[in-house]
Amino acid sequence: MPILSIVLWLPIVAAVALAFFPRAADSAIKAFGLFASVVTFIMSLFIVTGFRTGAAGFQLVEMKAWIPQWGINYALGIDGISLWLVMLTTLLTPVVLLSSWNAIHKHPKEYVISFLIMEAAMIGVFVATDLILFYVFFELTLIPMYLVIGVWGGANRVYAAIKFFLFTIAGSLLMLFGIIYIGFQYQHATGVLSFAITDLYRVGVTPYAQTLLFFAFSLAFAIKVPLFPLHTWLPDAHVEAPTGGSIILAGVMLKMGTYGFLRLVLPYFPEASIRWSGLLIALSVIGIVYGALVAWVQPDMKKLVAYSSVSHLGFCVLGIFAMNQASIEGSILQMINHGLSTGALFLLVGVIYERRHTRLLADYGGIARTMPLYATLFIISVLSSVGLPGLNGFVGEFLILAGSFQTEPIAAVIAATGVILAAIYLLWLVQKVFFGPVTNEENRDIKPIAWNEVAAMVPLIILMVWIGVYPKTFLAPMGPSVRRLINIVKTEGNAPVLVADESAGEVARAPLGGAK
Amino acid sequence: MTSALLAVVLLPLLGAAINGLRSFASPKEKKNRTITNAVAIGATALSAIIATFGVVMPYIGHGTDTPFEHSYYTWIPAGMGQVTGGFLSSFDVDFAFRVDPLSCVMLMVVTWVGFLIHVYATGYMSHEEGYTRFFTYLNLFMFMMLLLILGANYMVLFVGWEGVGLCSYLLIGFYYDKNFAADAGKKAFIVNRIGDFGFLLGIFLIFNTFGSADFSKVFSLASAGGEAQYGGIATAICLLLFVGACGKSAQIPLYVWLPDAMAGPTPVSALIHAATMVTAGVYMVVRSNVLFRMSPTAMAVVAIVGALTAIFAATIGLAQNDIKKVLAYSTVSQLGYMFMAAGVGAYTAAIFHVMTHAFFKACLFLGAGSVIHGCGGEQDMRKMGGLRKYMPHTHRTMLIATIAISGVPFFAGFFSKDEILANAFHYSPLIWIIGAATAGLTAFYMFRLYFMTFHGSYRAARVEGHPESEPEHAGHNVISGMRHLDEGDQHSDKAHGHHVHAHDPHESPWSMTGVLWILAVLSVVGGYVGWPAIWGGSFPTPFQHWLEPVLLPIGGHEFHFAHMSHTAEWILMLLSVGIAGLGILLAYRFYKRDESWAVPTRLATRFAFVHRVLENKYYVDEFYNRFVVGGMLLLCRVLWWIDANIVDGLVNLVRHATVFVGGHGMSLFDKFVVDGAVNGVAWTAGRGSGALRRVQSGVVQNYALIMGGGIILLGVVYLFLKP
Repeated sequence: MPILSIVLWLPIVAAVALAFFPRAADSAIKAFGLFASVVTFIMSLFIVTGFRTGAAGFQLVEMKAWIPQWGINYALGIDGISLWLVMLTTLLTPVVLLSSWNAIHKHPKEYVISFLIMEAAMIGVFVATDLILFYVFFELTLIPMYLVIGVWGGANRVYAAIKFFLFTIAGSLLMLFGIIYIGFQYQHATGVLSFAITDLYRVGVTPYAQTLLFFAFSLAFAIKVPLFPLHTWLPDAHVEAPTGGSIILAGVMLKMGTYGFLRLVLPYFPEASIRWSGLLIALSVIGIVYGALVAWVQPDMKKLVAYSSVSHLGFCVLGIFAMNQASIEGSILQMINHGLSTGALFLLVGVIYERRHTRLLADYGGIARTMPLYATLFIISVLSSVGLPGLNGFVGEFLILAGSFQTEPIAAVIAATGVILAAIYLLWLVQKVFFGPVTNEENRDIKPIAWNEVAAMVPLIILMVWIGVYPKTFLAPMGPSVRRLINIVKTEGNAPVLVADESAGEVARAPLGGAK
Repeated sequence: MTSALLAVVLLPLLGAAINGLRSFASPKEKKNRTITNAVAIGATALSAIIATFGVVMPYIGHGTDTPFEHSYYTWIPAGMGQVTGGFLSSFDVDFAFRVDPLSCVMLMVVTWVGFLIHVYATGYMSHEEGYTRFFTYLNLFMFMMLLLILGANYMVLFVGWEGVGLCSYLLIGFYYDKNFAADAGKKAFIVNRIGDFGFLLGIFLIFNTFGSADFSKVFSLASAGGEAQYGGIATAICLLLFVGACGKSAQIPLYVWLPDAMAGPTPVSALIHAATMVTAGVYMVVRSNVLFRMSPTAMAVVAIVGALTAIFAATIGLAQNDIKKVLAYSTVSQLGYMFMAAGVGAYTAAIFHVMTHAFFKACLFLGAGSVIHGCGGEQDMRKMGGLRKYMPHTHRTMLIATIAISGVPFFAGFFSKDEILANAFHYSPLIWIIGAATAGLTAFYMFRLYFMTFHGSYRAARVEGHPESEPEHAGHNVISGMRHLDEGDQHSDKAHGHHVHAHDPHESPWSMTGVLWILAVLSVVGGYVGWPAIWGGSFPTPFQHWLEPVLLPIGGHEFHFAHMSHTAEWILMLLSVGIAGLGILLAYRFYKRDESWAVPTRLATRFAFVHRVLENKYYVDEFYNRFVVGGMLLLCRVLWWIDANIVDGLVNLVRHATVFVGGHGMSLFDKFVVDGAVNGVAWTAGRGSGALRRVQSGVVQNYALIMGGGIILLGVVYLFLKP
């Protein structure tokens, strides 16, 4: 059973089917969209059950020739690095559709279609094992998100949408050049043109080219993450995006950047990655502290959470470039954690925005009395984001910091202050919104949180506790893939790079050591 | 025993879960209160009983020389094989518990004192709105505290450590719609986090040094390696751990959260902020004694910080008029005492004092709660007085506890305090002087509290409207009491600090006074386990002997309890008792014999400056607010400005520049490619979306910006890296 294809195409099929729905059939459209995304999620569970935990390489692989003359294939596969990101995507999409059940009044049909296409594209990014296919999906995610922000966004949505679109496409264009270059380089060495991700691991490029390519790819992914100082599109995009857009943007799309670092940058350019790791670690540590400090003084709840994302994603990049088992596993786990906790926070901010049409902290206060269940859910999400032990955030942050502390102690110490700062700005948010007397009369009879919103939160909360208490479920499948990745970087990064020999028509670099 | 141990820990969690769900269901009905009580008290009672008969007793029967450890599952598995240094093979953190003499002591104190305070709280909180929510938090706290003391590695300890911090946050902010309570809760959490930052780094360093965070592994390695191998790194580890301890146990400079924490209901102050949670730092230091003993530097730091905190907080306690504030500073001071003990090497004395302090300070706080309860929410001692007439049980039990904390012979506090002072003298006479002076101050301010509250005549009416009776510590005198004076006062506002005293003060119900009596008895007999050798006891004392297995040898050198000549001990003992007696006598002269308090008033005017500084707690909070918090906020604002105007401004600058240079060339591309795409999009979005038409106008410059920016960047990179 080509389970990856099923999961990948189901949302698209559903989106196509939706196109034939009558425009007025509001709830039918929403119900069908939700149904399709839930089915996709259920199907994606088979990926987990079919996944063999001990193996390092791609599993459940599928391969069809796509453009054979250029060596481009429709090739799918999954490993410990991408497994949970796919699951996160299939989980968050129904969460979004469920939570925005009553929130979208304008063009609900297009809204649902956009999210289903987006879901497919994001899954595609994580399961593609062909570089061109990866790139296609990578770019494809932009279009529905661009629409979601531009059509269903807030007052300044057009500016934000364009900024988002151009910022992210800027980097990826450079990456496209890089991809083509590597492909030709492979052809140069082997005589065959291929864009299979693992084939290209064997390509040796000169240190000089490696550096250039490293920066081309890194720029694309650093914008996506976003890494300081390329982050300014993010607060704008989040503030203007509708709730669902923010959840997906923060929950999954940003992870495409960190995923790119892991999947492509580290194994393709091991030497450059090691040489320039200091720069990326510095930027991520700056991002951690800077994002947290700027978050503290935001008057707008969404902007606060957006800047907190800059801070949290800094942890992920730090973990990646600290380059050891614990830190990278922590980094992958933290991608999931951030998707859950920040997704939950955006969802909950959306809940209150629906009711009061303001996101300014100053307009709230004392909501805990009027919406106790809402307050409880919010505080649990905040605690998860703060990294309270027993919830998910702690495990990820701990692994990242403990791992980084071994290889990059100074960076880890500075990054660890982010743990204090997170408590400061998030508890500040909680206090301003929920505690104190009800100062604004409009907050007094605010409508309580609705069933669909609670239902959307439940899986997120369950996972927060699950990952916090028993992270083994999530860490165990990662281990071998991460170990393999580190072997590639460490053994090849320190070995002299073999340049493709002009005369010889064979693979210039020996098959990877350490990998099975 | 493994399952009993698990039950001890999980029962309170179960209670919290049940009550937590119930608190949303139907919180207002009266009969729900009975269910809440049954769940919450049932869980803690069962937990305490199982802890005693299912854990501690079997453990004693088994022999206490070796710890009992059990790992339930692997919590955080992550290989660490790729470290560059290459000395770590694995990095598994187990969810594991450990029972040894130290955790037994803590277990008994936490479960039983916790249980008693639960019972007390059913009386004290009986008219509160968030009754079920309160017990949910309280049970959750018990769970976290048990994790903290039973964890078999630093990580499980840390889970409990932060968990109790969370519960403390929730309970301090229990009256969340009062700003001062929410503020105090947040402050507690954040200050604790600062400490936890150090603790976490300490744990990382332990991982790096010993390859594990398991107590047994770390301590056996350290014990075998000794100072020769780990001396240097131990200093770093211990100092980092001690930062954590300073946060949790309210030591200088992180003590500022504890006095504010009195915004929580009084049972919380007794349980969390006196008897159990705040002593976690002491527990952790004693737990890590093998590491600390390898580092004389770290020990000295602990001793000095402890001693300074002890006397510093005691001086503040002299000038406070809020009954809970006095007790709060007293707690800070007593915690300093415990650290002083640990720092001078008297680890058993530190834990001994943790135990006796849990008894008498819980008794004092609960007594204060009873007083507040009886006086309709009043916390200003100047408006009390003569209460012994109205509240005989509260009066007697509080007197016993006051005598105990003052260090009067044959009461619990005397034994632990005396042991600490003897060890302090052995370490350094200077530390002893600070300790003895603190003991004198403690005796003075505690008896001041006692006389002001229970003797003289009831002053509520007299001080009413007196300008001085409106101290600026708004909020801290308005705790729960207001709500539950009696049914008739349901409508009185909690935030309104000055209740009209329509009734005379009244004694509290049996659920409260009964608990007070139990704690009062413990405040006397609790110290007999440490009966000193010079009084015909054994050496080491039974309590010291009990904890001996925890004090592992270092590098082959056994631990020895400090031993002094009997004469020296007698002299020290008489001196400390004399100093305490002097404190009591002064309090008696100042506040009892002369009802108008002429002497202290005269002193306060004569040394107005000193008095003002003490009354305002040395202006430390003001200093922190202005310079630390204010400075950081300023930094944040500056950064935000930079973000909006420089980081983002650069983006816009690039845009304008590229538009200027190459805008025209791009328009062609734009017309065909981008417009085409946008039009396609517009079709999807339907006719009505005028928004998308506006999209087009922005595209030209922006697209140009990106292309141009990318090319420039590429060029820059190229130039830089050209070999």
